[in-house]
Amino acid sequence: MRQFLAFIKKEFYHISRDRWTVIILLVMPIVMLVLFGYAITTEVRNTVVGVYDPSRDGDTRGIVDKLMASPYFKEARYLSSPDEIEDAFKGGGLGLVLVFSERFAENMARTGEAEILIVADGSDPNTARTLVSYATNIMASYAADEAASVPYRIVPQIKLLYNPQMRGAYNFVPGVMGMILILICAMMTSISIAREKEKGTMEVLLVSPMRPILILLAKVVPFFAISLVNLATILLLSVFLLKVPIAGSLFWLIVVSLEYIFLALALGLLISTVANTQAAALLISGMAFMMPIVLLSGMMFPVENMPLFLRIISGAIPARWYILAVRKIMIEGLGFPSIARELAILGGMTLLVLAAGLKNFKIRLE
Amino acid sequence: MNAIEASGLTKAFGDFLAVDRIGFTVGEGEIFGFLGANGAGKTTAMRMLCGLLKPTAGSGTVAGYDIARQSEKVKANVGYMSQKFSLYEDLMVWENIRLYAGIYGVPERSIRPKTDELLARLGFEGERNTFVKALPLGWKQKLAFSVAVVHDPKIVFLDEPTGGVDPATRRQFWELIYQAADRGITVFATTHYMDEAEYCDRVSIMVDGRIEALDSPKALKEAYGARTMDEVFHRLARGAVRGGE
Repeated sequence: MRQFLAFIKKEFYHISRDRWTVIILLVMPIVMLVLFGYAITTEVRNTVVGVYDPSRDGDTRGIVDKLMASPYFKEARYLSSPDEIEDAFKGGGLGLVLVFSERFAENMARTGEAEILIVADGSDPNTARTLVSYATNIMASYAADEAASVPYRIVPQIKLLYNPQMRGAYNFVPGVMGMILILICAMMTSISIAREKEKGTMEVLLVSPMRPILILLAKVVPFFAISLVNLATILLLSVFLLKVPIAGSLFWLIVVSLEYIFLALALGLLISTVANTQAAALLISGMAFMMPIVLLSGMMFPVENMPLFLRIISGAIPARWYILAVRKIMIEGLGFPSIARELAILGGMTLLVLAAGLKNFKIRLE
Repeated sequence: MNAIEASGLTKAFGDFLAVDRIGFTVGEGEIFGFLGANGAGKTTAMRMLCGLLKPTAGSGTVAGYDIARQSEKVKANVGYMSQKFSLYEDLMVWENIRLYAGIYGVPERSIRPKTDELLARLGFEGERNTFVKALPLGWKQKLAFSVAVVHDPKIVFLDEPTGGVDPATRRQFWELIYQAADRGITVFATTHYMDEAEYCDRVSIMVDGRIEALDSPKALKEAYGARTMDEVFHRLARGAVRGGE
């Protein structure tokens, strides 16, 4: 036990004496969260809107005014004919074009229906989709306001669940958590074990009376502690800085996070049984974890939109299930029953990875 | 009792016989030189003796314990200095000593006096709080050796301990080895510097996984009619099939 504690102390020395390790472990999570929360966001602001409005009545003007009042749109540029739409997009600067039908207010009053065509630039589908949903949302709320004064009017309602303002941070906080925890636990653990192998100290440790499993455990403990600190930092930042509330149970959020951290540590051990150099460990964890997490976990791109083949691969990525569970608890405010599946999948993965890692480790000692 | 005994010790990796039925004994307090060209199987043999590798066939004892079945007991009685430099560069000199003393099970109360004694013997008293990465290579190796015997093991295994240092520093290093031997520690060292072979009580020369010669340097030179160990070695190694690495 005394050996074990001395060894853990040594691991903390390794970490605290390397400037880059400290930066990666403590500063990067904050930078990533703030970057994703503010800078790299799917929110689109200050868009210029083209308007073709043959009616020019109270309702069309009201809709345009309401759009301009939101932070997402800033300027309405009136077009004199629908033929100008394409040129207006090509000329650049336009994010969206609204085409109102003729006699808009009259139709609205008589039939309760009037047509608006929303044209967006599909060459950037994510932005286009975002803009369209902003616009439809605002129009629906305009229609709802009007409906209050005139009874019996049927208004098409579009409501965005959970994230009515379409805030980007809501999507990114769970993603960043999924990424940071893997990065710190799996990547840093595997690199730190690989470093001992590369420098030759591992051999000396293995000849010593200290049991190999204790050597590995001592490697894992500091990164476990640091990921708890990171978890707390990320949650505090997202609640107080990014204003993402924790809608559901904090207890289950921590439970699923702990499970994910264990899984990530087990992955780190597994990598370290394969990688003999720090560079190899970095490469393997980079290729095997970072890229798939960013691209396939649903952090950036919705899993539902992927082709079947990628959806299957995505199912094997731990971060996907973790991010899903965090979204359910944090954003949707759901309870334990709804994340039981994710907890079970992550638990199964942990056992599998741990078994593979321990088996490999024994073979290496033979 | 002999410090090390090996008989018919063999290690195969697939079809490749890295170590082929070697047998020898090393007496207590002896300085034993384990020579051979690169790829001859020295490191593999040594790893079997330390309990890092399981032998494919044959048997061996170290400090009286069976290397295949009692590797935990073996580990408690040996020190080891690897080919690669094996101290932590980002730890201070005293932290390294403290750590390894702890790992090797030196009782808590004797760690401090042992550290002082070790630093005094090396003349490193002023370097107690120096980071190891700031020491010259020769110093690091002397420190690594001292750390490998900090727990007064029965046997210390040295795998190419003096790689890359100049002859003057090598001689100083061997002074430390003699001091350890005087304290009753058996020394088992691999090397490919033939001037070092002359310092050993007895040497064995491995060629292609087998021990081709084993005796005192003096006797070997006489048997092969050679003036230096270098000549003995080249005469034996000429027939080697396995080249360098």
